[in-house]
Amino acid sequence: MKKDKVVKGIFYTLLILLVIISFIPFYMMIVNATRSNGDILQNGFTLLPGGALMENYDILIQYMNLWRGFANSLVIAVAVTLLSSYFSALTAFGFAVYNFKGRNALFILMLILMMVPGQLGLIGFYDLIQTMGFLDTYVPLIIPPIASPFIVFFLRQYLATTMHPSLLEAARIDGAKELTLFHKIGLPILMPAVATMAIFTFIGSWNNYILPLVVLFSPEKYTLPVMLGALRGSQVAQNLGAMYLGIAISVVPIMIAFLFLSKYIITSISAGAVKE
Amino acid sequence: MSKMKKIDYHGYFFIIPFFLIFITFTIYPILLTFYYSFTSYTGMGDPEFIGLANYARLVTDPYFFSAFYNTMYIWGINFGFQLGIALLLTVLFSDIRLKMKGLGFFRAAFYLPNLITIASVALLFGILLGWHHGTINHLLLDLGIISQPINWLNDPTTARWSVGLIGAWMWFGHTFIILMAGVSGISKDYFEAALIDGASRWQILSNVTLPLLKPIMLYVLITSLIGGLQIFDLPMLITDGMGAPEGSLNTMVLYLYNQAFKFNNYGYAAAVAYGLFLITVLFSLIMFKSMYRKNVKEG
Repeated sequence: MKKDKVVKGIFYTLLILLVIISFIPFYMMIVNATRSNGDILQNGFTLLPGGALMENYDILIQYMNLWRGFANSLVIAVAVTLLSSYFSALTAFGFAVYNFKGRNALFILMLILMMVPGQLGLIGFYDLIQTMGFLDTYVPLIIPPIASPFIVFFLRQYLATTMHPSLLEAARIDGAKELTLFHKIGLPILMPAVATMAIFTFIGSWNNYILPLVVLFSPEKYTLPVMLGALRGSQVAQNLGAMYLGIAISVVPIMIAFLFLSKYIITSISAGAVKE
Repeated sequence: MSKMKKIDYHGYFFIIPFFLIFITFTIYPILLTFYYSFTSYTGMGDPEFIGLANYARLVTDPYFFSAFYNTMYIWGINFGFQLGIALLLTVLFSDIRLKMKGLGFFRAAFYLPNLITIASVALLFGILLGWHHGTINHLLLDLGIISQPINWLNDPTTARWSVGLIGAWMWFGHTFIILMAGVSGISKDYFEAALIDGASRWQILSNVTLPLLKPIMLYVLITSLIGGLQIFDLPMLITDGMGAPEGSLNTMVLYLYNQAFKFNNYGYAAAVAYGLFLITVLFSLIMFKSMYRKNVKEG
């Protein structure tokens, strides 16, 4: 028994070490964001914050308004999440409830194309967006996610196990229209599954880099990741303190959101994995 | 479903929006890219049909082969460490004799790096790993581990290892969550029965835990490989965006991106996209096949 306690002590120490490894880059980021460039260059490593936060902020904000990027990313991610949630639920409802010609073929086609890596059509996508005149707009970022095969697949499986056809029959007898059935019965039943998918859709859109990089040209329209990429090549990169602060601005809000959502996110990942 | 549902065409109205968008923005671009892969399209003027020339160039292009090599190199380091650490953690937390506490906290702490935008991570490590003024060199010098600052991102080997390890750092928590979910799917009875039979830790691990985790590890392997083949953000943003040093961070998607959007070789980039696609399909087939063969043996 005593030996077990020692062993456990060693394991907990190792676990704490791993926690430190997970956090230390972010901690160094925050510390260095409060230090002036000269301080970092001359004094090297320290775990204690400095007093140059506002100074760094002034330098950073002269070159780039990261808050603008923040707002842009937020607008896009919210729109993508709402649209893809609604239309995926709609499509899943259609597949789960109605029996029509070609239903299975269409579903299987969707599943096959779900496996295709997103980069395959990038060149054609860019060309199409150019032809449509939607370059440098948010249309190519917001509209295509309406068709998200994986979410449709996930929601259809969920509906198949949770919704009884009798529920719909009763409402039909009361004279409800089909779309009303979806809004009044299908959507509420799907809500927990939609919420799970919505979190990942939001994160996916928020973190997306290559697509906004390809279609957006005007700096004021940049999303946060694209703005950060531009920051790397700008004069701010000469000032380490300001650079750290720019990165911190993009990271800290996510960390705060994670404090509140971590349980929910982790449950969702576990649920998604076991379903496979 | 016991009785046949009667044909009901309302279903079409529900799926039409999806398929309109899907055909326009997913299927059509894939076909258009395929067409461009047979042309010398530069983004301007009319594409000129050149047959298989782009593909002939692809199979002899040393840059594409090195991009493939780099991608696999980086993914291999990433996946090895990611799965190794996650597996150790899973074994530790599923040991019913040790009864480790704090799973909720540790899972959340280990998962955090995965949530951060890769662009931010790339920039952060880009300066943490800096040569004379990087925090990591400062720390190592202070601790006396090194006597000269190491230029991590300027040497092909350390650059690839850096990117691979950053990937592992980002993903081990995620993989740990998935493996733990797999373990909690295993009935406790198995472990208790093994314990009553006097099985040692090692026997439980090799005869109960690992075999039962195999399917979920395969899932992790496939999703990680498909994701790993597409690595772009990290190598793009951690150095100059062209795969420096010495092209060691030039991955397949980075190559595709640069060919298309830096050099305007849309036609050739389209062929690169299909080359990447073919490699992905090939890997997936090999893995599914090896899984199938094992099932047959066991059944």
